[in-house]
Amino acid sequence: MAQVRFLLIRLVKAIMVLLAVTVLSFGLIRAAPGDPATVMAGEQGAVDPEFLERVRERYGLDRPIHEQLFTYVAGVAMLDFGDSYQHNRPVMELIAERLPATLLLTLTAFALALIGGLLMGVTAARHVGKWPDALITVAALLFFALPLFWVGLMAILLFSVQLGWLPAFGMSTIGVNMSPIERALDVAKHLILPASTLGLLYLATYTRMTRASVLEVMDLEFVRTARAKGLGERRIWRRHILKNALLPIITLASLQAGHLVGGAVLTETVFSWPGIGRLAFDALLQRDYNLLLATFIIASAFVVFFNLVADLIYSLADPRIEVAS
Amino acid sequence: MSDFARRFLGSRSGMIGLVLLVLLVLMALSADLLYPQDPWRMAGRPNLPPFTEGFLFGTDQLGRDVAAGIVHGARMSLMIGFASSVAAIGVGVVVGAVAGYFSGWVDDVLMRLTEFFQTIPSFMLAIVLVAIFSPSLESIVTAIAVVSWPPIARLVRAEFLSLRQRDFVKAARVGGHSRTNIIVSQILPNALSPVIVMASLMVATAILIESGLSFLGLGDRNFITWGFMIGAGRTMIRHAWWLSAIPGLAIFVTVLALNLFGQGLSDVLNPRLSRSTRT
Repeated sequence: MAQVRFLLIRLVKAIMVLLAVTVLSFGLIRAAPGDPATVMAGEQGAVDPEFLERVRERYGLDRPIHEQLFTYVAGVAMLDFGDSYQHNRPVMELIAERLPATLLLTLTAFALALIGGLLMGVTAARHVGKWPDALITVAALLFFALPLFWVGLMAILLFSVQLGWLPAFGMSTIGVNMSPIERALDVAKHLILPASTLGLLYLATYTRMTRASVLEVMDLEFVRTARAKGLGERRIWRRHILKNALLPIITLASLQAGHLVGGAVLTETVFSWPGIGRLAFDALLQRDYNLLLATFIIASAFVVFFNLVADLIYSLADPRIEVAS
Repeated sequence: MSDFARRFLGSRSGMIGLVLLVLLVLMALSADLLYPQDPWRMAGRPNLPPFTEGFLFGTDQLGRDVAAGIVHGARMSLMIGFASSVAAIGVGVVVGAVAGYFSGWVDDVLMRLTEFFQTIPSFMLAIVLVAIFSPSLESIVTAIAVVSWPPIARLVRAEFLSLRQRDFVKAARVGGHSRTNIIVSQILPNALSPVIVMASLMVATAILIESGLSFLGLGDRNFITWGFMIGAGRTMIRHAWWLSAIPGLAIFVTVLALNLFGQGLSDVLNPRLSRSTRT
């Protein structure tokens, strides 16, 4: 019961955050220099008086400001973000089309980073103070300082231009007839570079977190007790150390997973990956602010969603949570 | 020599970071001496590879000197990183101090606000802010500050929550000191060391965010930046790899230097914290 209550509270909180993001977006449109209709229509749309009129009408821009806010929030709540002039289509349609590509990219990057980070972190902690630890620690330090988009470009330079192993752009080979299996393999090949690039930054984070968490648990009383009881090293690691050290990592990791969507803007731009990050970049180039704000709201919704998932995992895995909350 | 300096000198990562930082700052300060001409100006034939006579890092597709861009870009990166961090720390310290000192509903409201800013995807928010208010030095610094202050606020709040129960604060209260006085001159100095450690890491993150923004074309076009250089060289990657490789290395070295420096500070200022989280 307490867990249901905990999750309900979290759900209400998540909705409040999304509401606040929407209000913030509205505030930004109002705060921007110039006529809000022009801001929402974007540079191209503003030239077209008919489209501008449509935007004014759709968002009731001649009404008092609180009514405008209500119209805007109500629209977003129904997943109606208006039209994109540049594409001459509803914004939500564009986003829905691009969403699977972003999900594929971010979830793969997340999985790579998490698995790699756990392996590297545990390895470092097991050999603390010895060369594997030093090596992994230095690697994590270096990864932390790398600009994501630059790593992507250098990966293209090495693996596509120089070695010719992997495709540099897009999500699939265009204009070739392929069986479903060939198609899937083709997408997988296109996915390797962008997903590794996006995962790299988080790999460093997860490695550090895992190492710290394992080291902390290793020092605890019950591990010493297990050792004193004469349990085998392997059993101590599996049953006592890893089990206790990994839970906080998985929760923390899912808390950050949503931010991958934000990081996807740079990665998708570098690799011309057809997701919402790339859509945001195009919107930026065309000054299509309605579309840009919609991608921002959707990206925030992602973060909120992943936070909820993290809460769910946590409450399932650790029944003591009610005490903490 | 003070105890602080002696311990910092003993930190290897801190010293490497410090030396690199000093070199970078010297480079940035002497940009006008090393390359007195405008870095945007055409200086030679286009697409000359690195180590060509007179052009250490080669030239770009418009014949601009890459080395001049690197040196002038250092100035922008460091300045934007520093300015936005100062602003973020200012906001974070005020919010954290007020929340931690007053607690109750003030704390609730401020912490919900902090959580909100921590939840929304920061890089996307920075993009939206700069795009809508049009790219300029001010809008970039403001946007980076807006997305960077929450961790500072949380840190300062936590310090305040524990410090305000301490005897010296109680004594100051009984002694009739004003609230502002207690916050500013009693508690704050004692809460600053973790903030200083976080500050150097924050400058590093700010530089990364700035480079990402100018890579996407959201830089101030009056100044050359490393991120812009990478973005401009991107289309040339097959023919002129150095155009994007070299500015990226510059960012990497700068961010690494700041991280190492921060690690050194952390070793000196909070050895206890550092032992458990150091990697």
